[in-house]
Amino acid sequence: MNLDIYDFYEKMEKSNIMLSFKGEVTSELLTSILQIMENKMENLEESPKLRRKVYNILVECLQNLYHHIDHEKNGSAVDAPNKSAVFMIRKDGEAYFIITGNYIEANKIDLLKGKLEKINSLTKDELKEYYKEVLNNGEMSDKGGGGLGMIDIARKSGQKLDFNFLPVNNNFSFFSLNIKVSPN
Amino acid sequence: MESLNIEGSAKTPTIKFEPTTGKLLIRGRSIPENSIEFYKPLVDKLEEYAGSPQSSTNVDIQLEYFNTSSSKCILDVFKKLEAINAGSSEVVINWHYEEDDEDMLEAGEDYQAIINVPFKMVEMEEE
Repeated sequence: MNLDIYDFYEKMEKSNIMLSFKGEVTSELLTSILQIMENKMENLEESPKLRRKVYNILVECLQNLYHHIDHEKNGSAVDAPNKSAVFMIRKDGEAYFIITGNYIEANKIDLLKGKLEKINSLTKDELKEYYKEVLNNGEMSDKGGGGLGMIDIARKSGQKLDFNFLPVNNNFSFFSLNIKVSPN
Repeated sequence: MESLNIEGSAKTPTIKFEPTTGKLLIRGRSIPENSIEFYKPLVDKLEEYAGSPQSSTNVDIQLEYFNTSSSKCILDVFKKLEAINAGSSEVVINWHYEEDDEDMLEAGEDYQAIINVPFKMVEMEEE
Protein backbone atom coordinates (compact mmCIF):
# COMPACT_ATOMS: atom_id res chain seq x y z
CA MET A 1 0.00 0.00 0.00
CA ASN A 2 1.29 3.38 -0.91
CA LEU A 3 0.62 5.65 2.03
CA ASP A 4 0.11 9.25 1.06
CA ILE A 5 1.26 11.15 4.11
CA TYR A 6 0.57 14.52 2.51
CA ASP A 7 -3.04 13.46 1.96
CA PHE A 8 -3.28 12.64 5.68
CA TYR A 9 -1.72 15.95 6.57
CA GLU A 10 -4.06 17.96 4.35
CA LYS A 11 -7.17 16.23 5.66
CA MET A 12 -6.08 16.87 9.23
CA GLU A 13 -5.21 20.45 8.45
CA LYS A 14 -8.59 21.07 6.80
CA SER A 15 -10.40 19.51 9.76
CA ASN A 16 -8.46 21.71 12.20
CA ILE A 17 -7.01 18.72 14.04
CA MET A 18 -4.83 19.94 16.92
CA LEU A 19 -3.76 16.52 18.03
CA SER A 20 -4.44 12.97 17.02
CA PHE A 21 -3.36 9.57 18.22
CA LYS A 22 -3.90 5.98 17.22
CA GLY A 23 -2.49 3.12 19.24
CA GLU A 24 -2.45 1.60 22.67
CA VAL A 25 -3.59 3.96 25.40
CA THR A 26 -1.28 3.88 28.42
CA SER A 27 -1.18 5.87 31.63
CA GLU A 28 2.05 7.61 30.53
CA LEU A 29 0.47 8.55 27.20
CA LEU A 30 -2.47 10.19 28.98
CA THR A 31 -0.11 12.20 31.19
CA SER A 32 1.71 13.49 28.10
CA ILE A 33 -1.43 14.26 26.11
CA LEU A 34 -2.96 16.21 28.98
CA GLN A 35 0.26 18.20 29.41
CA ILE A 36 0.40 18.99 25.67
CA MET A 37 -3.23 20.13 25.59
CA GLU A 38 -2.77 22.31 28.67
CA ASN A 39 0.17 24.02 26.98
CA LYS A 40 -1.66 24.46 23.70
CA MET A 41 -4.69 26.00 25.36
CA GLU A 42 -2.47 28.30 27.38
CA ASN A 43 -0.68 29.43 24.22
CA LEU A 44 -4.06 30.07 22.57
CA GLU A 45 -4.97 32.14 25.64
CA GLU A 46 -8.25 30.32 26.17
CA SER A 47 -10.26 31.41 29.21
CA PRO A 48 -9.61 29.46 32.43
CA LYS A 49 -13.23 28.31 32.29
CA LEU A 50 -12.94 26.76 28.82
CA ARG A 51 -9.54 25.29 29.66
CA ARG A 52 -10.96 23.58 32.72
CA LYS A 53 -13.95 22.20 30.80
CA VAL A 54 -11.83 20.82 27.96
CA TYR A 55 -9.33 19.36 30.43
CA ASN A 56 -11.98 17.69 32.58
CA ILE A 57 -13.84 16.20 29.64
CA LEU A 58 -10.60 15.09 28.01
CA VAL A 59 -9.58 13.26 31.20
CA GLU A 60 -12.87 11.36 31.25
CA CYS A 61 -12.82 10.54 27.52
CA LEU A 62 -9.22 9.32 27.58
CA GLN A 63 -9.65 7.32 30.76
CA ASN A 64 -12.70 5.66 29.22
CA LEU A 65 -10.40 4.52 26.43
CA TYR A 66 -7.76 3.43 28.93
CA HIS A 67 -10.23 1.29 30.90
CA HIS A 68 -12.61 0.02 28.26
CA ILE A 69 -10.87 -0.93 25.04
CA ASP A 70 -12.07 -4.42 24.17
CA HIS A 71 -9.85 -6.66 22.11
CA GLU A 72 -9.70 -10.27 21.03
CA LYS A 73 -8.08 -12.55 23.56
CA ASN A 74 -5.23 -14.79 22.44
CA GLY A 75 -6.11 -17.69 20.22
CA SER A 76 -9.38 -16.32 18.94
CA ALA A 77 -10.62 -15.51 15.48
CA VAL A 78 -8.58 -14.16 12.62
CA ASP A 79 -9.27 -10.58 11.56
CA ALA A 80 -9.26 -9.73 15.25
CA PRO A 81 -9.09 -6.06 16.08
CA ASN A 82 -6.10 -5.19 18.25
CA LYS A 83 -5.97 -3.34 21.51
CA SER A 84 -5.77 0.13 20.15
CA ALA A 85 -7.93 3.19 19.99
CA VAL A 86 -8.03 6.48 18.17
CA PHE A 87 -8.69 9.98 19.39
CA MET A 88 -8.57 13.42 17.91
CA ILE A 89 -8.91 16.89 19.29
CA ARG A 90 -9.98 19.61 16.92
CA LYS A 91 -10.88 23.22 17.26
CA ASP A 92 -13.54 24.76 15.08
CA GLY A 93 -14.22 28.42 15.71
CA GLU A 94 -14.45 28.85 19.46
CA ALA A 95 -15.38 25.27 20.20
CA TYR A 96 -13.26 22.23 20.90
CA PHE A 97 -14.24 18.77 19.71
CA ILE A 98 -12.98 15.61 21.38
CA ILE A 99 -13.51 12.54 19.22
CA THR A 100 -12.72 9.02 20.38
CA GLY A 101 -13.07 5.59 18.79
CA ASN A 102 -12.52 2.11 20.18
CA TYR A 103 -13.62 -1.47 19.68
CA ILE A 104 -16.42 -2.83 21.82
CA GLU A 105 -17.62 -6.41 22.11
CA ALA A 106 -21.00 -6.83 20.43
CA ASN A 107 -22.59 -8.28 23.55
CA LYS A 108 -21.81 -5.10 25.54
CA ILE A 109 -23.41 -2.69 23.09
CA ASP A 110 -26.98 -2.86 24.39
CA LEU A 111 -25.93 -2.03 27.94
CA LEU A 112 -23.78 0.94 26.92
CA LYS A 113 -26.33 2.19 24.39
CA GLY A 114 -29.03 2.02 27.06
CA LYS A 115 -26.91 4.11 29.45
CA LEU A 116 -26.08 6.71 26.82
CA GLU A 117 -29.71 7.00 25.69
CA LYS A 118 -30.82 7.41 29.28
CA ILE A 119 -28.26 10.20 29.81
CA ASN A 120 -29.44 11.91 26.61
CA SER A 121 -33.07 11.78 27.74
CA LEU A 122 -32.40 13.76 30.93
CA THR A 123 -32.55 17.51 31.52
CA LYS A 124 -29.69 19.40 33.22
CA ASP A 125 -31.31 19.10 36.66
CA GLU A 126 -32.19 15.45 36.16
CA LEU A 127 -28.58 14.75 35.17
CA LYS A 128 -27.38 16.35 38.41
CA GLU A 129 -29.73 14.10 40.41
CA TYR A 130 -28.72 11.04 38.40
CA TYR A 131 -25.03 11.82 38.99
CA LYS A 132 -25.58 12.01 42.75
CA GLU A 133 -27.62 8.81 42.70
CA VAL A 134 -24.92 6.85 40.85
CA LEU A 135 -22.18 8.45 42.97
CA ASN A 136 -23.87 7.50 46.21
CA ASN A 137 -25.47 4.16 45.35
CA GLY A 138 -23.64 2.91 42.30
CA GLU A 139 -21.29 0.04 42.63
CA MET A 140 -17.64 0.88 42.17
CA SER A 141 -16.11 -1.27 39.47
CA ASP A 142 -12.61 -2.67 39.99
CA LYS A 143 -11.49 -0.05 37.51
CA GLY A 144 -12.87 2.64 39.76
CA GLY A 145 -15.14 4.26 37.22
CA GLY A 146 -18.52 3.08 38.31
CA GLY A 147 -20.39 4.56 35.36
CA LEU A 148 -20.01 8.22 36.28
CA GLY A 149 -17.76 9.21 33.37
CA MET A 150 -20.41 9.58 30.67
CA ILE A 151 -22.78 11.42 33.02
CA ASP A 152 -19.97 13.81 33.91
CA ILE A 153 -19.10 14.38 30.23
CA ALA A 154 -22.75 15.19 29.48
CA ARG A 155 -23.01 17.53 32.48
CA LYS A 156 -19.78 19.43 31.86
CA SER A 157 -20.24 19.76 28.09
CA GLY A 158 -23.90 20.70 28.43
CA GLN A 159 -24.56 18.74 25.22
CA LYS A 160 -26.28 15.51 24.27
CA LEU A 161 -23.78 12.69 23.78
CA ASP A 162 -23.14 12.18 20.07
CA PHE A 163 -22.22 8.51 19.63
CA ASN A 164 -22.22 5.72 17.07
CA PHE A 165 -21.69 1.97 16.93
CA LEU A 166 -20.27 0.69 13.64
CA PRO A 167 -20.40 -3.11 13.23
CA VAL A 168 -16.94 -4.46 12.30
CA ASN A 169 -17.50 -8.21 12.42
CA ASN A 170 -19.72 -10.68 14.28
CA ASN A 171 -17.98 -10.09 17.59
CA PHE A 172 -17.00 -6.44 17.54
CA SER A 173 -18.26 -2.99 16.74
CA PHE A 174 -16.39 0.29 16.65
CA PHE A 175 -17.75 2.74 19.20
CA SER A 176 -17.24 6.43 18.57
CA LEU A 177 -18.01 9.49 20.63
CA ASN A 178 -17.90 13.11 19.50
CA ILE A 179 -18.02 15.73 22.25
CA LYS A 180 -18.35 19.44 21.63
CA VAL A 181 -17.01 21.79 24.29
CA SER A 182 -18.06 25.40 23.84
CA PRO A 183 -16.96 28.45 25.82
CA ASN A 184 -20.57 29.16 26.85
CA MET B 1 -0.78 7.70 65.69
CA GLU B 2 1.49 8.93 62.94
CA SER B 3 0.66 11.63 60.44
CA LEU B 4 0.07 10.88 56.77
CA ASN B 5 2.02 12.78 54.14
CA ILE B 6 1.61 12.04 50.45
CA GLU B 7 3.40 14.30 48.02
CA GLY B 8 1.43 15.44 44.97
CA SER B 9 2.19 14.43 41.39
CA ALA B 10 0.87 15.32 37.91
CA LYS B 11 -2.14 13.09 38.50
CA THR B 12 -2.45 12.83 42.28
CA PRO B 13 -2.98 15.42 45.01
CA THR B 14 -0.92 16.31 48.05
CA ILE B 15 -2.45 14.74 51.14
CA LYS B 16 -1.58 15.81 54.66
CA PHE B 17 -3.31 14.40 57.68
CA GLU B 18 -2.20 15.23 61.21
CA PRO B 19 -4.12 13.13 63.76
CA THR B 20 -2.71 15.10 66.73
CA THR B 21 -4.37 18.32 65.50
CA GLY B 22 -7.25 16.83 63.50
CA LYS B 23 -6.27 18.63 60.31
CA LEU B 24 -6.67 17.10 56.86
CA LEU B 25 -5.64 18.72 53.58
CA ILE B 26 -6.20 17.40 50.06
CA ARG B 27 -4.78 19.76 47.45
CA GLY B 28 -4.00 19.64 43.73
CA ARG B 29 -5.17 17.33 40.96
CA SER B 30 -6.80 14.01 41.48
CA ILE B 31 -6.98 12.26 38.13
CA PRO B 32 -5.29 8.86 38.57
CA GLU B 33 -6.49 5.89 36.51
CA ASN B 34 -6.68 3.84 39.68
CA SER B 35 -7.91 6.02 42.50
CA ILE B 36 -8.97 3.24 44.90
CA GLU B 37 -5.33 2.29 45.33
CA PHE B 38 -4.30 5.91 45.79
CA TYR B 39 -6.92 6.79 48.43
CA LYS B 40 -6.64 3.56 50.44
CA PRO B 41 -3.95 4.84 52.88
CA LEU B 42 -6.09 7.87 53.72
CA VAL B 43 -9.31 5.86 54.14
CA ASP B 44 -7.44 3.41 56.41
CA LYS B 45 -5.90 6.26 58.41
CA LEU B 46 -9.29 7.90 58.99
CA GLU B 47 -10.70 4.56 60.09
CA GLU B 48 -7.95 4.39 62.71
CA TYR B 49 -8.43 8.07 63.68
CA ALA B 50 -12.17 7.50 64.20
CA GLY B 51 -11.29 5.43 67.27
CA SER B 52 -9.84 8.41 69.16
CA PRO B 53 -10.42 11.66 67.25
CA GLN B 54 -9.68 15.24 68.36
CA SER B 55 -12.61 17.34 69.61
CA SER B 56 -12.66 19.08 66.23
CA THR B 57 -11.56 17.90 62.80
CA ASN B 58 -10.85 20.46 60.13
CA VAL B 59 -10.78 19.40 56.50
CA ASP B 60 -9.55 21.47 53.58
CA ILE B 61 -10.34 20.23 50.08
CA GLN B 62 -8.55 22.33 47.52
CA LEU B 63 -8.81 20.48 44.24
CA GLU B 64 -8.04 21.94 40.86
CA TYR B 65 -9.34 18.92 38.93
CA PHE B 66 -10.72 15.55 39.88
CA ASN B 67 -11.91 12.69 37.70
CA THR B 68 -15.02 10.57 38.26
CA SER B 69 -12.89 7.69 39.47
CA SER B 70 -11.64 9.95 42.28
CA SER B 71 -15.12 11.27 43.00
CA LYS B 72 -16.17 7.90 44.44
CA CYS B 73 -13.06 7.74 46.61
CA ILE B 74 -13.58 11.29 47.84
CA LEU B 75 -17.10 10.24 48.80
CA ASP B 76 -15.60 7.31 50.75
CA VAL B 77 -13.32 9.75 52.59
CA PHE B 78 -16.33 11.97 53.36
CA LYS B 79 -18.32 8.99 54.63
CA LYS B 80 -15.52 8.27 57.10
CA LEU B 81 -15.67 11.91 58.17
CA GLU B 82 -19.44 11.66 58.51
CA ALA B 83 -19.01 8.76 60.95
CA ILE B 84 -16.37 10.75 62.88
CA ASN B 85 -18.74 13.75 63.02
CA ALA B 86 -21.54 11.51 64.30
CA GLY B 87 -19.17 10.45 67.08
CA SER B 88 -17.16 12.68 69.41
CA SER B 89 -15.50 15.07 66.96
CA GLU B 90 -16.96 18.13 65.27
CA VAL B 91 -16.03 17.97 61.61
CA VAL B 92 -16.01 20.86 59.13
CA ILE B 93 -15.25 20.39 55.43
CA ASN B 94 -13.93 23.52 53.72
CA TRP B 95 -14.54 23.06 49.99
CA HIS B 96 -12.34 25.45 48.02
CA TYR B 97 -13.04 26.53 44.44
CA GLU B 98 -11.67 29.19 42.12
CA GLU B 99 -13.92 32.20 41.74
CA ASP B 100 -15.37 31.38 38.29
CA ASP B 101 -15.23 27.60 38.60
CA GLU B 102 -18.95 26.82 38.75
CA ASP B 103 -18.38 23.12 38.06
CA MET B 104 -16.14 22.80 41.13
CA LEU B 105 -18.62 24.71 43.30
CA GLU B 106 -21.41 22.46 42.04
CA ALA B 107 -19.32 19.36 42.74
CA GLY B 108 -18.95 20.55 46.35
CA GLU B 109 -22.70 21.11 46.59
CA ASP B 110 -23.31 17.58 45.28
CA TYR B 111 -21.27 16.18 48.18
CA GLN B 112 -22.92 18.56 50.62
CA ALA B 113 -26.31 17.13 49.60
CA ILE B 114 -25.16 13.56 50.23
CA ILE B 115 -22.96 13.87 53.32
CA ASN B 116 -24.22 14.88 56.74
CA VAL B 117 -21.26 17.10 57.74
CA PRO B 118 -21.16 20.93 57.74
CA PHE B 119 -19.59 22.23 54.52
CA LYS B 120 -18.11 25.68 53.98
CA MET B 121 -17.78 26.79 50.38
CA VAL B 122 -14.61 28.86 50.12
CA GLU B 123 -14.08 31.00 47.03
CA MET B 124 -10.45 31.54 46.06
CA GLU B 125 -9.17 34.32 43.83
CA GLU B 126 -7.64 33.38 40.52
CA GLU B 127 -3.85 33.19 40.71
